[in-house]
Amino acid sequence: MSFFKKIKDKLTHSQDTMSDKFREGLTKTRDNFTTKMNDLVARYRTVDEDFFEELEEILFEADVGFETIVKLIDELKMEVRRQNIKDTKDIRGVISKKLVEIYQGDDDEENALLQLQEDELTVILFVGVNGVGKTTTIGKLAHQFKEDGKKVMLAAGDTFRAGAIEQLEVWGQRVGVDVIKHGEGADPAAVMYDAVQSAKAKKADILICDTAGRLQNKVNLMKELEKVKKVIERELPGAPQEVLLALDATTGQNALTQAKIFKEATNVTGIVLTKLDGTAKGGIVLAIKQELGIPVKFVGLGEKMDDLQPFDAEKYVYGLFADLIEDEKAESDE
Amino acid sequence: MAFEGLADRLQGSIQKIRGKGKVNEADVKEMMREVRLALLEADVNFKVVKTFIKKVSERAVGQEVMQSLTPGQQVIKVVKEELTELMGGEQSQIAVAKKPPTVIMMVGLQGAGKTTTAGKLASLLRKKHNRKPLLVAADIYRPAAIKQLETIGKQLDLPVFSMGDQVSPVEIAKAGIAKAKEDHQDYVLIDTAGRLHIDETLMDELKQIKDLSSPEEIFLVVDAMTGQDAVNVAQNFDDALGVTGVVLTKLDGDTRGGAALSIRSVTQKPIKFVGMGEKMDALEAFHPERMASRILGMGDMLSLIEKAQTNVDEEKAKEMEKKLRTASFTLDDFLEQLGQVKQMGPLDELIKMIPGANKMKGIDNLQVDEKQLGHVEAIIKSMTMKEKEQPEVINASRRKRIAKGSGRTIQEVNRLLKQFEDMKKMMKQMTNSQQKGKKRGGLNFPFMQ
Repeated sequence: MSFFKKIKDKLTHSQDTMSDKFREGLTKTRDNFTTKMNDLVARYRTVDEDFFEELEEILFEADVGFETIVKLIDELKMEVRRQNIKDTKDIRGVISKKLVEIYQGDDDEENALLQLQEDELTVILFVGVNGVGKTTTIGKLAHQFKEDGKKVMLAAGDTFRAGAIEQLEVWGQRVGVDVIKHGEGADPAAVMYDAVQSAKAKKADILICDTAGRLQNKVNLMKELEKVKKVIERELPGAPQEVLLALDATTGQNALTQAKIFKEATNVTGIVLTKLDGTAKGGIVLAIKQELGIPVKFVGLGEKMDDLQPFDAEKYVYGLFADLIEDEKAESDE
Repeated sequence: MAFEGLADRLQGSIQKIRGKGKVNEADVKEMMREVRLALLEADVNFKVVKTFIKKVSERAVGQEVMQSLTPGQQVIKVVKEELTELMGGEQSQIAVAKKPPTVIMMVGLQGAGKTTTAGKLASLLRKKHNRKPLLVAADIYRPAAIKQLETIGKQLDLPVFSMGDQVSPVEIAKAGIAKAKEDHQDYVLIDTAGRLHIDETLMDELKQIKDLSSPEEIFLVVDAMTGQDAVNVAQNFDDALGVTGVVLTKLDGDTRGGAALSIRSVTQKPIKFVGMGEKMDALEAFHPERMASRILGMGDMLSLIEKAQTNVDEEKAKEMEKKLRTASFTLDDFLEQLGQVKQMGPLDELIKMIPGANKMKGIDNLQVDEKQLGHVEAIIKSMTMKEKEQPEVINASRRKRIAKGSGRTIQEVNRLLKQFEDMKKMMKQMTNSQQKGKKRGGLNFPFMQ
């Protein structure tokens, strides 16, 4: 079981506040999931259809994507047949291993990091549907970059929603960074043009661009977003280095469609999973990673300025399935 | 990754059954598995699904389905009926206090759309019920939330009461109600800050506002895209406050909206309104049957028909009809007709409402280019009166001028004229055959065929 050992080692050697935060934020999730899983194993002696049906429900409850669940269950069934597993106790290890595999795939950790330019301007574009927390996340991220000693600027690209520009301005004041803005109703592409020019002139390290929330089935609005991105590309070749999709952890299966269509329009490079401090589990990111290959780069675990945490897949999975993995390890040590 | 509707899901199991005559219990069980998946795929909470399936199974195993020659359709019928019933009736009325002002509290998670919905609701109260609402800005936590409500108030020309973000929301609510009394406003809509249902401090704050304002309505605002967690959110808010109704927002997206069913069965409170867009008049009454169809992925013909009815002017339609019969239909009329279609909303959304449209070959990828309509408009508007009435006078030099004037190519002008000619011919045939046939109804536009 070197695989689990690796995770354990990694965690014990790098115990910092961050993984504590993860654990804290996910305690409810984990307790819930693990209790259910153990309960399930205890209740069903034999691995049969009913067992799988209930396992399916546990995964559904965490909002894990539909296709992902179906695929996982199929693979598990095959594995059960192959290894001739009859006792539910024996399947637990297989389940937890498969879950971690789904999340991680063949990727290395590089993928989860932000692509920042050294000594040059990096542009980060935020996209997403309405009300997921784009502006708030931008504020938190700007705060972090500022703490790291970077020169940060913000672009108020949400010219549509009432009060959106003011909201970003308040964050700008809080964090102490400049906000480039036009008036309400202005062309967002023009705001981006000005922002990139200004960031270049002022030799900023990082420009974070806000955009108006839009539902992915509004074709015109998605086209507008494409245009916004094109303007940034034109004014600074190679930019935006990151296009981050803000995703509300409470969102259900629709999140997959969101990720797919926003990716088509703006080539999303990563996800920020917001509002993970509630009771929602955000399991849909498993499906997004598996089906679209978009990694999660940050998670929002609260409303405070420092409540935005870089995403670490192993820790997240550990947080979700900690007890399962520990049980597994104990068993293999025997 | 395309979602399948229940009908498509059942196709497989029905094919297996076909030729076997009647279905047995095992067949029903198999069909129920498909129903279950369809509901889970639509984000209905798994516990709710479980109870629901049990209920439907009983009916299905009983006479209705097993005796039927079309068990698949029968299952869909039973499922839809049960679903509609569970969703409750249409209840879009808003309570009135015995002594004005009537207080309405808007509560919910962050980003659900409370502020926007408060604006829409106030606008509805004024427009439909002839009331005088006052909006109260009690979200002191999110930066610029007050400003957002003020801007909305300005757009709608409705009064907004605010005290900045340094005063407690409880105080603001109190003062807001006093202000409404003073100004003889008969409704007070309190926009509260978004909060997590497990945040005890903030939930307590809501209870305090409730206690002092004794609201007639407490609307829980929920994002239609919410997943399995909808039950927890609804349960906690209801336990803490006793919500009186639910507003489902962002339903103009492409989510199935299974959260509606979850919330309804957990709280037993009516879903009163649905948010259908970012415009201030995009708040509609909730229709249980349509929601049931939507959750099952079966299209929404009723909404389509209603859209056509509300947006196509009856008088104009009759006039148009006469023109069609007398063949005096001009390019100007054509333009007007286009305008009416456009008013019904984005075309691709209209197409999506047609049952089965998402399964039709090609249509699932079809994206109607709204710009094309604009081009047609530009071309027609570049014509002279005479040209519009008698397109046959348009010769080569006129075509050139029209193309130049509209910024389109001559080919496009030609195509449009050809299409118009074809359309006229087609309509002539249509009206002729209809006159010979039975009596006809009011509306009969080519785009509605």
